[in-house]
Amino acid sequence: MTSQEMKDIIWNGLWTQNTGLVQLLGLCPLLAISNSVVNALSLGLATTLVMTLSGGIVAAIREVIPNEARIPVYVLLIAVLVTIVQLLINAYAYPLYVVLGVFLPLITTNCIVLARAEAFASQNGIRASVLDGLGMGVGLTAVLTLLGGIREIFGHGTLLSGFDLVFGDAAKALVITVIPNYHGFLIAILPPGAFIALGLLIALKNWVNLRIEERLRTKATQSTVMQAA
Amino acid sequence: MRRTMAKASFHTALNLLFFALIGTGLLALTYKLTHDTITLSEENEKLKLISQIAPTSAYDNDIMQDTVRIAADELLGNDEKTIVYRGRMRGEASIAVLQAAAPDGYGGKINLIISIHENGKIGGVRVVSHKETPGLGDYIEIAKDGWINIFKEASLQSAEEKDWKVRKDGGTFEYRAGATITPRAVLKAVRKVLKYFALHREEVFAEAPQITFDISR
Repeated sequence: MTSQEMKDIIWNGLWTQNTGLVQLLGLCPLLAISNSVVNALSLGLATTLVMTLSGGIVAAIREVIPNEARIPVYVLLIAVLVTIVQLLINAYAYPLYVVLGVFLPLITTNCIVLARAEAFASQNGIRASVLDGLGMGVGLTAVLTLLGGIREIFGHGTLLSGFDLVFGDAAKALVITVIPNYHGFLIAILPPGAFIALGLLIALKNWVNLRIEERLRTKATQSTVMQAA
Repeated sequence: MRRTMAKASFHTALNLLFFALIGTGLLALTYKLTHDTITLSEENEKLKLISQIAPTSAYDNDIMQDTVRIAADELLGNDEKTIVYRGRMRGEASIAVLQAAAPDGYGGKINLIISIHENGKIGGVRVVSHKETPGLGDYIEIAKDGWINIFKEASLQSAEEKDWKVRKDGGTFEYRAGATITPRAVLKAVRKVLKYFALHREEVFAEAPQITFDISR
């Protein structure tokens, strides 16, 4: 795998094919749990872990899985991985387990995990698939966290509140009160707020894409003009 | 042709079985490795919650071990057996920690844990889980607001039935602007638990049999 290919895979996950902004897969946890930074970041990281592992394992065993039985095997594999991650988090990061609640086992049903197993890992090598899982996971985590941040600021007027639940009492100092004496804005915390914020983020991404294209085009015309001159 | 198809299906089934077995094995292994740690952290969490509402000065026994299962009761608002933790001072019953539920919260059931001193006064109440509206009804959580502390020291004697209401309904209990259905539900449930305790005190503090075992495992 050349470094350009590696770069492409990562960039695909982070931007071009971003799960949260372009593929729009796995929206259920995205909308439900992104009401604060700590929730969003925690679920994002757990999903990333599962996607990285499932990518690698699917790529490793793709030769031995009979083609017609591959989907059930992937589902089985993902369910096993999620349950193992869930048990480990329950045992060694109990507060995180409490925060994520039912959304942790629900990673199994997050279609993005199965989608990457089927669309990428079943046709690519182990290293590329691990990278793809990682890239897609980090891309999703970034969008989730951003969404969580926006909703937390508008909903509660704070940022990073609840970090102490996951990272211990020392993290209490991290809480930033963005707007003091804020009375809260309920719709930002409820699911409609997630839809609205996500819509704005998608619009923003498309706008940035258009700007980039435009700039490239003007550059191209400029250079042709220069050459003509 | 038929034969080869049957063979292929059989091969696929075997393959699936193989992966299912490996998966089950891995899960069993992880479960075994993490089981003790998980039980320990859950116990710790419960103990933390209990110590908030039952001060360690109120008992000198191992409250986590001195338990009894009590049947579901309309007054407790639950439909399954629950565990009661009993605190004793020099062998004398001193405080009981009961689990109850308020069925009529705005978002459904509100699960509570309540400690009641032997004299019928409340040690404290905590919400274990709920589905009330975030930002409006969730002030019943100790993490969000101190409201739930209004129950401290309250008893069936401290307020008549007609006064055991939020201020808005002509009672003596504070509530926070925004949500009244939520505190009403909690208030009602707590009163009922006090009644349950008054009626079933003997049962709640009954000496535990020598060997206690948890049938949920």
